[in-house]
Amino acid sequence: MRYLKFVLIILLIFPEMSMAQTPDGNEILRKIDENTSAKNMIVTSTMVIHGRRTSRSMTAKSWIQGTEQSFTEYLSPPREAGTKMLKLEDELWMYSPQTDRTIRIAGHMLRQSVMGSDLSYEDMMEDPKLENMYTATVTGEDTLNGRNCWVLELTAKDDDIVYHSRKIWVDKERMIALKENRYAKSGKLLKTAEITEVMRQSGRWYPKNMIFKDALSEGKGTAYKIDSIEFNADIPDYIFTKASLRR
Amino acid sequence: MNWFLFLGLIRDRSRSLFPILVIIVGVFVTVLGHSWFKGAVGDIIDTNARLYTGHVKVMTRAYEKESDQAPNDLALLNIDALTQQLRSEYPEMQWTPRISFGGLLDIPDENGETRSQGPTFGMAIDLLHPESGEIDRLNLRDALVQGRLPENSDEILISNEFANKLDVGVGEDATLISSTMYGGMAMYNFHIVGTVDFGIAAMDRSSIIADITGAQTALNMDNAAGELLGFFKDAKFHQEEAQHFAAGFNSQYENNDDEFAPTMLTLGQQNDLGSIMELMNYFSSIGVGIFVFVMSIVLWNTGLMGNLRRYGEVGVRLAIGEDKGHIYRTMISESVMIGIAGSVIGTALGLTLAYYLQNHGLDISSMMSSSTMLMPNVIKANVTTTTWYIGFFPGVLASTVGAMFAGVGIYKRETAQLFKELEVQ
Repeated sequence: MRYLKFVLIILLIFPEMSMAQTPDGNEILRKIDENTSAKNMIVTSTMVIHGRRTSRSMTAKSWIQGTEQSFTEYLSPPREAGTKMLKLEDELWMYSPQTDRTIRIAGHMLRQSVMGSDLSYEDMMEDPKLENMYTATVTGEDTLNGRNCWVLELTAKDDDIVYHSRKIWVDKERMIALKENRYAKSGKLLKTAEITEVMRQSGRWYPKNMIFKDALSEGKGTAYKIDSIEFNADIPDYIFTKASLRR
Repeated sequence: MNWFLFLGLIRDRSRSLFPILVIIVGVFVTVLGHSWFKGAVGDIIDTNARLYTGHVKVMTRAYEKESDQAPNDLALLNIDALTQQLRSEYPEMQWTPRISFGGLLDIPDENGETRSQGPTFGMAIDLLHPESGEIDRLNLRDALVQGRLPENSDEILISNEFANKLDVGVGEDATLISSTMYGGMAMYNFHIVGTVDFGIAAMDRSSIIADITGAQTALNMDNAAGELLGFFKDAKFHQEEAQHFAAGFNSQYENNDDEFAPTMLTLGQQNDLGSIMELMNYFSSIGVGIFVFVMSIVLWNTGLMGNLRRYGEVGVRLAIGEDKGHIYRTMISESVMIGIAGSVIGTALGLTLAYYLQNHGLDISSMMSSSTMLMPNVIKANVTTTTWYIGFFPGVLASTVGAMFAGVGIYKRETAQLFKELEVQ
């Protein structure tokens, strides 16, 4: 009893002590963004799409400049090899060598799946910095795959953001989101993402293996693996032009 | 006696005119309503059968569950062998593959970049083999507004409205962006050879029609199709036979747990068309029942008013010794004559307008502009043998039942009171 009184008195005198261990949600978002975004990067990745009938694998190389520009070329399988995508601010262009056409992906098409995966073009178009899109509140703590995590609830700052809210589990030590649930404005779960392996690269923690799942489809999800990543690489400007799609 | 009553009705028009008018209106509405309803439902069912459901349809079980999304990743494989099997097991039917697909249709400018684009709903049918009957089934020759029908697998038809929206014409290229059967990205160049007006708002908005082999190439669906449709060779839906075929076919796969095993559905099991057909049958009976009931009440009331007016006449007839039953029977005979006359005129008028609507139809396109239902823009009536008599008997019956109710008052007249009543009058 005496001990309980002591604790109560301490809490009354120093109320901030009870909150001291809980960092600000927006501060956590800022640290996540520091980990995952860079001035530019070159990524080679493999995507394994698990359909209901078959699974198929495709590889791609992406050149990413800041938050506004990215260029991706699919390297395999043969049917998709040579297909290229260019994101310039809020515009997305696609080139297919089979048709020799450069097509702008817009409107209704942005909601479609990218190459049959559980990711949509809208997902690709998102600002990679969570801090720019959401305000965050720490709602609790959890343990995920043996890692201690903060549980954050994110609410979109603007109505035009694809996912109105998100719930993320952030590794307390590495400041990387290990699990994510993305919701519509109605509260319906739309997509989940889980990082199954992280890697240490250029002094930062970065996802290596992820599984994305469209909660509205019956597929088995899409595994995304980063084969190699190079931060702050030297990327020539011509890469981010429409002319480079046909090169 | 009946001639005498008939002359009475002719000479004293106030006795017959209003009841006849009531019956004419009632019978006219019944005849027209029946033919219109039968025509409208028949048109909807026929349109759905030709465009979407077939008389029976074979899909994989997985595809069937999500068929509204046209999930081509769950399509039927090895359709050549399956079609052969169906043709040998059900020679009464014509079998044809179909692929439905969604995507984006992109029109290039002179540099090969996007000039215009829009979401599209595509239907791939066997266009290149006339024996498939698909061109006639979809009435494509009549629907053609400009250009010609496809003669090669990479040629497509586009709905005229969609072509105007995209500002594209015959002779130009269009790129389809969609998903392959394996989930990959499908981009394929088609050549537009014609524009069509389907006369169905949901199709006219954004449809393209491609040949099945062209779509199979574009969507990486070699020897695969979303659906295999079966049509009776006389082009009419035979429900019992279709149900028998479906039950027999599905029993072959009863012990197969594979979600990609084929399953056969009848027209009635798709798009709630079975409920519509059942409703149509019920509706005819319910409509006639309501008509008899309402008309009986109206004519009862008319009879009561007539009896009031003929109060003195009935009193005199009773006073001179005419039997109450005889008076009651003569009034019923009069009502039968009125019923027959009203029903004949009402049926004739109803049939005249019904035949007109059967030939010319009624354009409801302005009401269907935002509809997603597969409904023709012009709804036509359908005059059947039933239409000829459906209003006649209820018309006679309502008139007779009305007179029977109203005439009951005759039996309540007391002979002892008659002279007193007559003095008052």
